[in-house]
Order: sequence, then structure tokens, then C-alpha cells
Amino acid sequence: MRSRDMQLTQRAKQVDRRPMTAWEKLYLPSILKGMFITLGHFFKKKATIKYPEEKRTFSKVFRGLQILNRDEEGRERCTACGLCAVACPAEAITMEAAERQPGEEHLYKEEKYAAKYEINMLRCIFCGYCEEACPKDAIYLSQTFAPANYGRKGFIYKKDDLLIPNPKEDPDGYQKALGERAVKK
Amino acid sequence: MYLLAIDWYFILEKAILVAFIVSLSMLVAMYATYAERKIAAFLQDRIGPNRAGPWGLLQPLADGGKLFFKEEIIPLASSKFLFVLGPVLAMITALLTSAVIPWSHSFSVGGREVAMQIADINIGILYIFGVVSLGVYGIMIGGWASNNKFSLLAAIRGASQMVSYELPMGLALIALLMLVGDLRMSSIVANQAGGWHIIYQPLGFLIFFICALAECNRTPFDLPEAENELNFGYHQEYSSMKLGFYLFAEYINMFISGVVMSTLYFGGYDIPFVHEAGWGLDSWLLSLIGFGVLMTKAALFIFLFMWIRWTIPRFRYDQLMNLGWKKLIPLALINMVVTAAVVLWLKK
Repeated sequence: MRSRDMQLTQRAKQVDRRPMTAWEKLYLPSILKGMFITLGHFFKKKATIKYPEEKRTFSKVFRGLQILNRDEEGRERCTACGLCAVACPAEAITMEAAERQPGEEHLYKEEKYAAKYEINMLRCIFCGYCEEACPKDAIYLSQTFAPANYGRKGFIYKKDDLLIPNPKEDPDGYQKALGERAVKK
Repeated sequence: MYLLAIDWYFILEKAILVAFIVSLSMLVAMYATYAERKIAAFLQDRIGPNRAGPWGLLQPLADGGKLFFKEEIIPLASSKFLFVLGPVLAMITALLTSAVIPWSHSFSVGGREVAMQIADINIGILYIFGVVSLGVYGIMIGGWASNNKFSLLAAIRGASQMVSYELPMGLALIALLMLVGDLRMSSIVANQAGGWHIIYQPLGFLIFFICALAECNRTPFDLPEAENELNFGYHQEYSSMKLGFYLFAEYINMFISGVVMSTLYFGGYDIPFVHEAGWGLDSWLLSLIGFGVLMTKAALFIFLFMWIRWTIPRFRYDQLMNLGWKKLIPLALINMVVTAAVVLWLKK
């Protein structure tokens, strides 16, 4: 059992149990004091922002929506090895592998690729283990988060939703999606 | 223009004034809801409504529109006539009080002297008290007719609170009336040309102000609608515009009590330290300035009401009764006796 005078934090203060003086019993001075505290907040900088117009910058280590990466020539990096799905503690990732056919070399970097790649954003806990597990630098967590949706189906992100824009066709979009990572490398 | 021995211009003039004052009360009440939300937000480090129109200025219209389109539910177990009568009474009594308030200097149009007051009756302040105490029926009938135990409890609370706080309010007022010697609102204002009543009656004003908070059901005296113990209190069963009327009546009451307090203790439409009648301005311009001054004072009171609401937590019920009966009434009595003694001594 804890002794009575032991303090949990340094901030603990002894409560004054003396009966109130006549001045304190008036209450009006304390009410006035409280009112000036709230008035001070009236002129303070607001803690909230006008969200859609104004956005807060995320921290550099923010883990947001997953993005499937491409290499510089616009080929998908993912080889559907399944390490991300194994690493995923929430079991949010499923995929189906397929073999690259002759003539598809400009689409997929290696002989095997993900024909289907889905992440259930309702299950995902944005831990970033998939990014850590990936040997091909094919998936990373971006600085955005999954926008609101009307149905559950909308939260199951398909390959089309996850793939980064092709650097050959849409270099600006590619750079934008790459974001901080482009500077890092 | 005299027809059938009736001065029709007089009736026209009063009709215009009535329409103006009623729509003004509505407009102020509408924007008081906006101000309440903005001030609450600012005091809590937030921004407040800012989506409807620039700075959210159209928010009251959106709120009103929403209330009109909401489903109107009358509970089966309620007594329907009284259920509808409740909000009607609350609204009517809220609007009636403005009838005797002198809004500004009178001005002349085409040789006619037009008073900025609907009725300068010789029992002006008593009329306000009478109508304000009728206001409790809106709460009582609404709470009773809802046939809901929370509403009923809130109605009982509201009724006893209002009755309790009308006493010290009236006693504080008696001290004021001793200074004036007249119940007319216009002579109460005229009496303050030399110095506002707040200088002579600071304690009386404090008591009056606290009671006004209680009469308007504003925090810290909002026990009739205590959200967290009575689930919204007397208007719990109300929906749609009937609920809107209750909420609206509260804001109109707040505006009117601000105006009444400015009139009784803060010189009404008088500008302090200047003699505005000596400026040689047109009478209508002077009237307009006076009106603006009164509105500014009322707006400051509304701000004060909101500032208090978002600072001080609600009283417990026994504390409320304690304050009313054991503190305010004796204080008001002392104030009254001292004022009476001083007035007698000075007149000797």
C-alpha cells in the first residue's frame, strides 16, 4: 500500500482545507478571475484550422496511404512475393501473382508481377511493416490518408488506386506522389 | 388625418414601429445564436461556424431553414392543445416586453413628433415585470404538456427558479424607483441625463443582473434545460419550429433584458459625458444615433451573458435556491432600506 504522503507526480499540490474566508465566500472575485481567463482565450491563436482550405503538414515519419512504386522507366516493381502480406499484422493485403509474358517487359520489372493487389484500408493499421518487409522497394507509405467513403467497398483499394503515376506519362504526378522520398534519395 | 375621430397617422406610425421592433427582435435573436456559437468557439480556442456564407454569416438562416423542414412530432401521450400553446406563449411573452421600451429620442416628421416608443404607459416597468413573469407559463405548460418526467421536472425547476428570482429583482428595482419617483420608462431614462443609475445603485444593478440571468434561463442558472441531467429539460419532446420558438424566445429574452438593463441602469439611449441634444443635428439623425447607442449597450450585455455562459458552470439546485432566498433577497432588502434612508435624508 502506498503511504499517504507519497506523491505520484511532481505537480501534486497539497489541497488547502481551511474554511473559506468571507472574501472567498463572496465568489465574485473568483468568478471575475475565471472570466478574464476565458477572455484571454478569446484573443488567443486558435487551436483549430479551416480544414479543407488549410492543411497541417504531417511529420516526416508520418505513415499514410500505401503506394505501389514503379522504377524510373515506369515499370512496376512489385514481384508479388507476398512478404508484405505475411508481415501485415492486420491481414489487410491480398494479391495474386502472374507471369510476365513476352512483350510486357516495359510494364513489369521482373518475370513475376502482381496481377491483383488489394489493401483493405479498414483493416490497415498503417504500421508500415509492409514497407519494411518489401525487398524490391515496391511499396511505401505516403503522406496522405485514406479519404472518407460512403461504402465499405470503397475502402478496398485495388492496384489502380495504389499504383504511383507513370513517370514517363505523368512525371509531375510521379514526383508529387514520391514527395519527400524523392528528396531523400 | 382625423377620420371617425381617430388619428390615423398615429395608428400608422405605431404600426410601423411595432413591425420594426418585432422584426428587429427577431433579427437580433437570429444573430445572437450565431454570436453565441462564435463566442463559445473563440473562448474555447476554436473558429466556430464558418461554412455558410462569408465567416458563416448565413448560419442562422441555415439553422432556421433546417428547423422549418424538420419533422414535427407531437407525442401521443401529450395534451395537444397545451403542447402547441407552450412555445406560442414563450414567443409571445418574449416579444411583448419590447412594447414599453424607449428606443431613442423622438423625432419630427412634417411637424409631427414621433416617439421611438410604442407605448409610454405610466406603469411601464411594472408592465415589463408582468409580462416577464408570464413567460414562465411557456416553460411550465410546455414541460407539463409533454407528459415526460424530465420535462416535468424541468418545468417545476424553471417555475420555482423564476418565482424565486423575481423577488430580489423586484426589490432591487424598488430601490431604483425611489430615485426616479416614476414608473414610466421615459422618465427613468430622462432621470439619468445627469448620471447613470449604475453610479447610485451598483449593488442594485448586480442583484438585478444576476436575477436577469436567472430569468433568461442562462448559465449558471440554466437548470430548466440542464442538458446533462434532464436531457434538455422542458423542450425535450419538441421538434421542428416549435423547438425553434423556444430557443428563439430565449434569445429574444436575452436581447430584451439587455435593453431593459441598459435603460434602467445605463442611461438608455444616452451617450455618456456629452450633451448630444446641443449638437444642432436633425432630430431624425439624433434619434438614429440614440438608437445605435442603445443597441451597442444591449449588444455588450448580450456579449456579457455569453461570456458568463461559457465561463461559469451550472449551479446545483440547492445552491440556486440558497443564493436566491438567503443571499440575494436580504441583500436587496438592505439595498432598498439604505436607498430609502438616503433619499429621505437628502430630501429633508
